[in-house]
Amino acid sequence: MTSIPLWSQLINLLAAVLLLLAFAMLAQRRVLTLIDLFAAQGFALACSTGIVAFATHQPHLYWSAGLTLVLKVGVLPWLLHRMIERLDVRWDVEGLINIPTTMLIGIVLVVFAFNLAFPIAQLANTVTRATLGIAMASVMLSFLMMITRRKAIPQVIGFLSMENGLFFAATSATYGMPMVVELGIALDVLVGMLILGVFFFQIREQFDSLDLKHLEKLKENE
Amino acid sequence: MTPAGFLSQLLQVAVALVLAPLLVGWVNQCRAWLSNKSAPSLLLPYRTIRKLFHKDAVVADNASPVFRITPYIVFGSMTLAAAIVPSLATDLPFARAADAIALVGLFALARVFIALAAMDIGTAFGSIGARREMFVGFLAEPALLMVLFTASLISGSTALPTIVDTLAHRDIAIYPSLAFAGVAFTMVSLAENARIPIDNPATHLELTMIHEAMVLEYSARHLALIEWASALKLFNYSCIGLALFLPFGIAQPDANWLAFVAAMPVLIGKLAVGGFALALIETLSAKLRIFRAPEFLGTAFLLAVLGMLVAQLLGG
Repeated sequence: MTSIPLWSQLINLLAAVLLLLAFAMLAQRRVLTLIDLFAAQGFALACSTGIVAFATHQPHLYWSAGLTLVLKVGVLPWLLHRMIERLDVRWDVEGLINIPTTMLIGIVLVVFAFNLAFPIAQLANTVTRATLGIAMASVMLSFLMMITRRKAIPQVIGFLSMENGLFFAATSATYGMPMVVELGIALDVLVGMLILGVFFFQIREQFDSLDLKHLEKLKENE
Repeated sequence: MTPAGFLSQLLQVAVALVLAPLLVGWVNQCRAWLSNKSAPSLLLPYRTIRKLFHKDAVVADNASPVFRITPYIVFGSMTLAAAIVPSLATDLPFARAADAIALVGLFALARVFIALAAMDIGTAFGSIGARREMFVGFLAEPALLMVLFTASLISGSTALPTIVDTLAHRDIAIYPSLAFAGVAFTMVSLAENARIPIDNPATHLELTMIHEAMVLEYSARHLALIEWASALKLFNYSCIGLALFLPFGIAQPDANWLAFVAAMPVLIGKLAVGGFALALIETLSAKLRIFRAPEFLGTAFLLAVLGMLVAQLLGG
């Protein structure tokens, strides 16, 4: 059995936790717990970025880690909580497909992502090469979550957690993007969140619900 | 087969037979403490078994031979399983005959017979219990197999003693895959041992019961054997869990008899902690509706598969 350095092991562990949280979000019925899970995913992401920064001596990654911590553990969950309170929507999340089926589809996606990432990981020589597959898998799982949910807020959480996965993929493939790009993305996510918040209020005003199936109709009197 | 191996094999089976009711008593005692009741005696399961052995057996008029032989088959397969699972030593002559997959098959054999016996009498309770048992079983078995495959993948063998030897001798390292498998295994063993999220072991007359519904018609020595067998099943599952996830303190093949003697208190200590954890889980969780069981066991299967995939990807 080959022994792997401790940092690598810790990053692998956090990657596994990220994957687990992605599945937990996929299976979660309650929207408030969904937000907590999203915050936990942000925390795991910040930890793993910090460890990568420490292991590879890249000071700019500390900034990314800090930014992730503030934005994804603090600001965004707080915004989401406030939005839920204002919209008064604490219903259980309605999925399009039942949960065991969704999870089986999720497993298929994970196998696909791992297979896809395997040849790439073979060529790389970074500390984090093994986790690329997990990063891709969590992007796909968030995508699946956006597809299988009917209401607006879970879809937005899926979108945000997809960004988490992308960020993790960037860290594990190339030790993070340049600082400017990262700042831009962080700001994008924040602004996107605010705009989507405005959308929520508009949607609800129009249809008295946040169910997105109302948006499928093109005309009002159809 | 060395004489030492033979001796440790015999001793291990004897220890399993003796300790299994004690483990059940301990779990019941912890449960009573945690729910603020006065606890029953630790030795109550022994007394129950002795009392049942002294009674005259009553068998329904329309019972077929299947009903009569089932307690012996169930007890026999659980005893054989206790011989295969390395709880005290890994130098087990019996364990070469059956690997982890055969062990799952052995549990399945006991399950099939107890379900057949439950349907044999033709009471409504028996049939409903048998149906539910098979329903839970077909969901739990793949998850259990996946957990065992994860451990096999890391150690490169499906034989339980080899797995334990490899896992006990590895370098100290973090294995996310084993953590996944551990959680999955806990969920599976809760379901398989008729514990609280799936079934309630404390009930004897309730529409939701599963295991108790199947054994309602049994009395006296048959019932005693069934009770003893289910205690052994709990003991076996605990020992599989300890062997896979906490394999320290089990005597290795090259060890002398002192290591074997030292393995005993270690095992008892681990079982005591494990039993308390089981009681804690049972106290903290509520029983699920039977149709939520697929979701519970589906999650266990998912975790086990994830563990295997992560083991593939991260190399352990």
